[in-house]
Amino acid sequence: MSGVRVLVGTRKGAFILTSDGKREKWDVSGPHFAGWEMYHLKGSPADPNRIYASQTSGWFGQIIQRSDDGGKTWHQPGTPPGEPVAPGPPKSASNKFAYDASAKPLTTHQWYDGTQHPWEFKRVWHLEPSLAEPDTVYAGVEDAALFRSTDGGENWKELPGLRGHGTGPKWQPGAGGLCLHTIILDPSNPKRIYIAISAAGAFRTDDGGTNWKPINRGLRSQYIPDQDAEIGHCVHHVAMNPMRPNVLFMQKHWDVMRTDDAGDNWKEVSGNLPTDFGFAIDVHAHEPETIYVVPIKSDSEHFVHEGKLRVFRSRAGGNEWEPLTKGLPQENCYVNVLRDAMAVDSLDKCGVYFGTTGGQVYASADAGDSWNPIVRDLPAVLSVEVQTLA
Amino acid sequence: MIRVILPQHLRTLAHVGSEVSLEIVDGPITQRSVLDALEAQYPMLRGAIRDHDTLQRRPFLRFFACEEDLSHEPPDAPLPDAVASGTEPFIVIGAIAGG
Repeated sequence: MSGVRVLVGTRKGAFILTSDGKREKWDVSGPHFAGWEMYHLKGSPADPNRIYASQTSGWFGQIIQRSDDGGKTWHQPGTPPGEPVAPGPPKSASNKFAYDASAKPLTTHQWYDGTQHPWEFKRVWHLEPSLAEPDTVYAGVEDAALFRSTDGGENWKELPGLRGHGTGPKWQPGAGGLCLHTIILDPSNPKRIYIAISAAGAFRTDDGGTNWKPINRGLRSQYIPDQDAEIGHCVHHVAMNPMRPNVLFMQKHWDVMRTDDAGDNWKEVSGNLPTDFGFAIDVHAHEPETIYVVPIKSDSEHFVHEGKLRVFRSRAGGNEWEPLTKGLPQENCYVNVLRDAMAVDSLDKCGVYFGTTGGQVYASADAGDSWNPIVRDLPAVLSVEVQTLA
Repeated sequence: MIRVILPQHLRTLAHVGSEVSLEIVDGPITQRSVLDALEAQYPMLRGAIRDHDTLQRRPFLRFFACEEDLSHEPPDAPLPDAVASGTEPFIVIGAIAGG
């Protein structure tokens, strides 16, 4: 019997929502890690029982959690609960994210006031498990850098070629911080990885992470002096359909964009959207030209447009958009949908899910035609991921 | 025997109650020796009280003992005799921040 497991990170804990393939009745588990900010949870495509989670706190810093049984139990990698303390090298380095000194002399990035500021680790925004190896997982962090673990999250090493890219000193934090929030692994080419940083832009490696190039040609941003600059763009999220890994869709600060050549060139596809500001974007699991966004009013008013919670769907790869409203509140709604808070399953029909800052998680079991809330009153939702279970 | 009181979230991480006991055999009883012993006994707390590399106190945490704020004392300064004897606990507490 097929089913889905929805992994929800919120401001005050994590929740796991499960259903069978009909996606009508849901079991809700949680809060896990109650009281902590859960920026992201994601399951391994190679082992659905393996789930990684980023647990953070302004007081206690970063914690990495791992489940090997589909979210029933959790532990900090390297320090299973109850394990006796043994002499030897320190354990529990799973929350140690040390920037690679080989990235020197690059030790600063641009601060809000234009001065240079040292790189300082703050938190993990996004965890991206390898497509093939359950013990390999990537972490996108603030201040922006990419880390990789090959031992199930016990130890992390930076891929310094990204932060060491020549443009690094010009990277600057967006309102949410200088965060690396998007990691996309190319299923057709294990050496190719895409990442995105607010507010630096999108980057790609074609050699497994040693060398990186900015892929921002075609992006235009009014808030930087040179609107067509190589870097400095506030990319909010990027999505790919695995069947067509050279085609990417991007929700930029303003503008919805697409590329058909792996990011070498972008064009705007905002079309008839009521506003093209937003955070979340995703692609239908089976129809690579069907994409979803949730327009947000503006960068100064982070809530949905006209008090209506509407997902917009394009079946033409952009430009022509239709509002999806059935089951969603159409008055007095002022929530936001954050960048990692939308996901799709791979059942037939494709399920679409998103969470709001108002604590609702909505599901559509018919590719967006209609929606139902799975839960209505969680803490503000930071991230939503879906596992399609056999 | 040194007594240490932890805030709720650190108790959850370490799977302990509100107070833990530490045995420090060698040397003076200082912030550093207490926290070293705490992290050795509960390695899941590494990085959650002090930075992994610099061992600096995390900014929103405070160290109290004997009704004194010891947060800004040098890490190698001796702790009060009452802490060293186990009469009073060494308290790790989250600063009030954010309302």
